[in-house]
Amino acid sequence: MEKRGTCGVQDADASEVYREGELIACPQCDALYRVVPLAHGERAQCVRCGTVLISTRNRAFVRVIALAITVVILMIAATIFPFLSVSVAGLTNSSSVLDAALAFAGGPMFGLSLAVAALIVAIPILRAALVIYVLTPMAFGRAPWPGAIPAFRFSEALRPWSMAEIFVIGVAVALVKVADLARIGFGPAFWFFAALVVVIVLKDGYMNRWTVWKALDQQDRS
Amino acid sequence: MDGMESAGSTRQIVTARDSGLVACTRCSLVWPADKQRCARCGSALSSRDMASMARVWAWLAIGVICYIPANLFPMLITSTLFSKSQSTIVGGAIDLIHHGAVGVAIIIIVASVLIPIGKFVAVAYLALSLNHHVKMSAHGRHKLYEYVEFIGRWSMIDVFVVAILSSLVQLSSVAAINPGPAAITFALSVIFTMLAAQSFDPRLIWDAEEDSHT
Ligand SMILES: [Zn+2]
Ligand SMILES: [Zn+2]
Repeated sequence: MEKRGTCGVQDADASEVYREGELIACPQCDALYRVVPLAHGERAQCVRCGTVLISTRNRAFVRVIALAITVVILMIAATIFPFLSVSVAGLTNSSSVLDAALAFAGGPMFGLSLAVAALIVAIPILRAALVIYVLTPMAFGRAPWPGAIPAFRFSEALRPWSMAEIFVIGVAVALVKVADLARIGFGPAFWFFAALVVVIVLKDGYMNRWTVWKALDQQDRS
Repeated sequence: MDGMESAGSTRQIVTARDSGLVACTRCSLVWPADKQRCARCGSALSSRDMASMARVWAWLAIGVICYIPANLFPMLITSTLFSKSQSTIVGGAIDLIHHGAVGVAIIIIVASVLIPIGKFVAVAYLALSLNHHVKMSAHGRHKLYEYVEFIGRWSMIDVFVVAILSSLVQLSSVAAINPGPAAITFALSVIFTMLAAQSFDPRLIWDAEEDSHT
């Protein structure tokens, strides 16, 4: 990996004349680079700290849009259908993802309920919707819809707060905890949610942030 | 231009600040140093966010404060036909070990005890390392920062476990599980420490290294 970090960006000299759109700096360590064209499949990493600056693994907005639509559909299905059920001594209770999110709804824990609902349902679905809104017109070669720039910025800021994958591990731990207390049944929503996590990871993996910003930039100016 | 020039680590790194520029940390475009807002993505620009350290310490302090009751109060309140029991975070993990679920107990201990405490220590260490001489290199500290950012969210596992159990196990008088007050303070502690890590400006780590070279 000798070329690691050297493709796509060059060290910029301090004497470099400032030209808008040509220079970028590593957001993690402030090292300055000049953008040069990358071949498909290459990526540019910061020489100093290793942060990926540009990745061209996939420029296709269409794939990201398709995955984001899948996220929305699966999330709606996962909240409608029964998620898990337990039965003890003839009594059965089933719960949906929303029931789990709203488990704290009574009394002083209401705020926690809202937070959990946001982390596992609302924020993942909102991020997918924002991505669809931002990328769809550009995928068809049109100018971005109004507010696309703040929409994408908001979607990026929400990234650490989307916790569907952590919820899935929580489910696994919870199942072990009740295993000797009761019999557990899996509803369709359980499988939707498991699939959802994979699709979210793929969507975020295929999303090339730098390309999106560049596209928004160009569309804005022309 | 193919951009494959081999820029080895021997060459001096030039930062945006050295060049009289300011970089957008959201979309990585650079602007003249006096620009206030990125014209591409609209984020506020600041070459080095000095006020960020005050925010880091403030969020970290409330994060630690919330973590104390989170360990003293019960996380889960379990009632069955014959008994009613409460368990704290650590108590719940010990119960799991008694039931033979050692692996899951380890997950809980890691997510709810080791990660939060490790995060408090790591964020405080990173913040202090900016003004004090430390052994760890800028590279090491940057890696540490990345780990903290990546792993901190996973502490939420136990809150979700409580949420699932509380919604699922509601079988009238036979068995019911309800959330205890620790669920809320623990969730707050995780959220506040995530905010502390997000407030930290990792560029400051590299500045300190540069100053020590010259
Ligand atoms: Zn860097
Ligand atoms: Zn920007």
